Amino acid sequence: MKFSLNFDSDVQVLLPDGSKRSLMSFLIPNALLMFAALVLMVSMMLPYWSMSLKAPQYPKGLKVNVYVNHLEGDVREIDSLNHYLGMPPLDEGGRFERSISIVAIATLGLLLLAGVFVHNQFAALLALPALGYPLIFLADLWYILYQYGHSIDPKSALGGAIKPFTPPVFGEGKIGQFGTFAAPEIGLYLAIFSALIVLAGLWFHRAAYKPLVDARKRVHASKATA
Amino acid sequence: MKQLAIAVLALATILMVACGGQGAATPAATGLTSDAAAVAKERELNADDIYAALKTFTPSGKLDPYIMFSSGGQSGQVLIIGVPSMRILKVLAVFTPESWQGYGFGGGGEQVLAGGFMPNKKPILWGDTHHPGLSETAGEYDGQFLFINDKANARVAVIDLRDFKTKQIIKAPNAINDHGGAFVTPNTEYVIVGPQYAAPIGYEYAPLEQYKEKYRGIITFWKFDRSKGRIDPAQSFQIELPPYWQDLCDAGKKVSDGWVFCNSFNTEMATGGVELGNPPFEAGTTKNDTDYLHVFNWKKAEELFKGGKAEKINGMSVIRLKTAADEGVLHFVPEPKSPHGADVTPGGEFVVVGGKLDPHVTIYSFEKIQNAIKAGGLSKDAFGVPVIPLDKAMEAQVELGLGPLHTVYDDKGYAYTSMFLDSAVARWTLGGPYASKHPEPGWKLVQKLPVHYNIGHIAAAEGDTASPDGQFVVALNKWSIDRFANIGPLLPQNFQLVDITKTGESMKLLYDMPIGMAEPHYAQIMKADKLKPFEVYPQIGWDPATMAVDPKSITTEKEARVERKGNNVEIWMSVVRSHFSPERITIKKGDKVTWHFTSLERQRDATHGFTLSGYNINLSLEPGMTETIEFVADQAGTYTYYCTEFCSALHLEMVGYLLIEP
Repeated sequence: MKFSLNFDSDVQVLLPDGSKRSLMSFLIPNALLMFAALVLMVSMMLPYWSMSLKAPQYPKGLKVNVYVNHLEGDVREIDSLNHYLGMPPLDEGGRFERSISIVAIATLGLLLLAGVFVHNQFAALLALPALGYPLIFLADLWYILYQYGHSIDPKSALGGAIKPFTPPVFGEGKIGQFGTFAAPEIGLYLAIFSALIVLAGLWFHRAAYKPLVDARKRVHASKATA
Repeated sequence: MKQLAIAVLALATILMVACGGQGAATPAATGLTSDAAAVAKERELNADDIYAALKTFTPSGKLDPYIMFSSGGQSGQVLIIGVPSMRILKVLAVFTPESWQGYGFGGGGEQVLAGGFMPNKKPILWGDTHHPGLSETAGEYDGQFLFINDKANARVAVIDLRDFKTKQIIKAPNAINDHGGAFVTPNTEYVIVGPQYAAPIGYEYAPLEQYKEKYRGIITFWKFDRSKGRIDPAQSFQIELPPYWQDLCDAGKKVSDGWVFCNSFNTEMATGGVELGNPPFEAGTTKNDTDYLHVFNWKKAEELFKGGKAEKINGMSVIRLKTAADEGVLHFVPEPKSPHGADVTPGGEFVVVGGKLDPHVTIYSFEKIQNAIKAGGLSKDAFGVPVIPLDKAMEAQVELGLGPLHTVYDDKGYAYTSMFLDSAVARWTLGGPYASKHPEPGWKLVQKLPVHYNIGHIAAAEGDTASPDGQFVVALNKWSIDRFANIGPLLPQNFQLVDITKTGESMKLLYDMPIGMAEPHYAQIMKADKLKPFEVYPQIGWDPATMAVDPKSITTEKEARVERKGNNVEIWMSVVRSHFSPERITIKKGDKVTWHFTSLERQRDATHGFTLSGYNINLSLEPGMTETIEFVADQAGTYTYYCTEFCSALHLEMVGYLLIEP
């Protein structure tokens, strides 16, 4: 038997009112939602956001990569510099979010998969958290950065000289001799990509299942009139 | 698809043209700019000077391709120098306390130094370092360890090149001075140090009238345990030698692996006494026309040692002279007048011996020596050692001029010999298997390049390994006379860099480097990329002595504390920019203090110092490193401790108080 990729395009699904739709139109939204869930899972293993610092005495610069559940990079050195300013250790920001992130994002993925089995408009409700997730992430990041720049210890060496501030979520900043540069990383792009796939999935979901919902309505209506 | 391919091709072509155009426009390709020409004119630099400048100038941020490990002479230290920039990178503390590196002022360095004290614990706090020996694998430098001898006290030091720190100093039992070493066997099985001035074994008292009966040379074969990074004295042995003042040595390699060669210069057995009307040593030792090249079969010696044929003297296994002579461990070959240097060629086929008071270098063939030993029927010297006639062992002699001393090699089949009296570097051709590598015939002098002045040793890029690199030779000149500004009657030595990249009469002097801290002897030049040192210590709490995390170290500032048990006070201190913790310590006079320091730094170059005023303590605390000091608080009062390495903008504030209650 020769192997070939077969979408069973010759198979038709019989709707309750006797009309027919191709099997393909039902497979596409399912595949998209499952793919979106997969992309979301992959994103958990990659950095979402980064902060780079540049200063004359750090020719290679310093960089911290923020993952949904941990920090990587020059955390120790940045903390040791930040203590002069009385800024809290990087690890203290977003502790709660990091502690629940894996379970929470896995739940988003499971909800997307559940959408595959819900064949009406409520699927959109299940997909909504994954759709809004990138925005929630950014809003939370801004809040963590705000907290961070507003928790300066006045007893530190330079704490008294620094006004509370919010480090930029994206783009350049400046603290002392350090130029800072904040940027989204691959994980966040994947989360956004996942949300876009969810959108497409929902569009195809509607295209596939609205006729089914409508067919049921027609059958119900005809039974009622009978 | 086809269109895409064309587009890619077009883009690639544009890029290539653009890059090529850029290259052609650089000033290097079009000659000197008018600015550069003006500088050359103003500073009176000729074409050779400009060539030398271009060969050596190393712009900021560019690294040297070679690292030279030079003896630090009477300073007792080792110099680490970049080649060809000739910049000193570090003066590495070895035999002499050195405060920047916190070596010998409290901490682990004191224990290393104490390892080299006399058997009666008398401190020796300097060294006369002569010959660095890099560890080798298959006859090539492997960049792992460095060994160096202290001629004055017959000691050898082990330096670990992961952190460039001295780990061990060990005193040779039975010997009071040494010279021929440190050098290693091709896989660093042994670190070998040959003797110099004879003394009774164990340097016990014996009048000079008993010179022939009692005085002896002692060569030490130190077994090196690479996994521990230490010399293991229990696995080491010595060989007793006639009192002939053995001098320089080298290990055979490749075809001559398993053999060692040392020359000697007092077969006359002169005992001096110029004040008694005897000939002074300088005359007495130069009377004979020949001395003896010592040929050792070290694998045979190792066999005898392992077979229990060595005698324990002062805790050390010694193969007696008679055993060595009878069992074929030791043979002699005559060598012309007061020789110096015994340098094995890269393939191990020949040993080159400098004449010092003879205008020749004499080249001995390992194969001929082996044939003569096999043929047997050799006469014996006064101590029963078989002597191979010179003509049965000699391959060639090359007349170089006055005062040939040491020889190193390049990749083109040339040998380079330092000419002390001529103040020159002689380039000459090797014959035999090397003859096809150079355009000239074998065993011929090619060029003599004047150097300034009185060259002693000579070093070449990987020039004493199984595969020399060529490129550079460094002349290690004893005198500099007029080469540098007058800074008083004690002058710096002069290391001169020589270009040897081309064949024939093309050697060029490139650079003069003053050495203003001692008179170095030998140096070795290794490819820089063979070194893989730590940038910072691998983990916080790393003890350089054990090369592991010290269980007494701490990993966070929270663990910093002071504990008292009776009058023993133990302090755990964290060190990080820009504070010590604790910053206030109060103890009582007479307390015995054990003080642990741990650097919490992970940033490269974020080194801290620690000094305790009034207590002769200074430490270097490199990122991740731990140190422990112990002292008795025998002076009451108020003492400060502070960071002695400018670590940060708030470095001056990195300070604390030690209050000692009366």
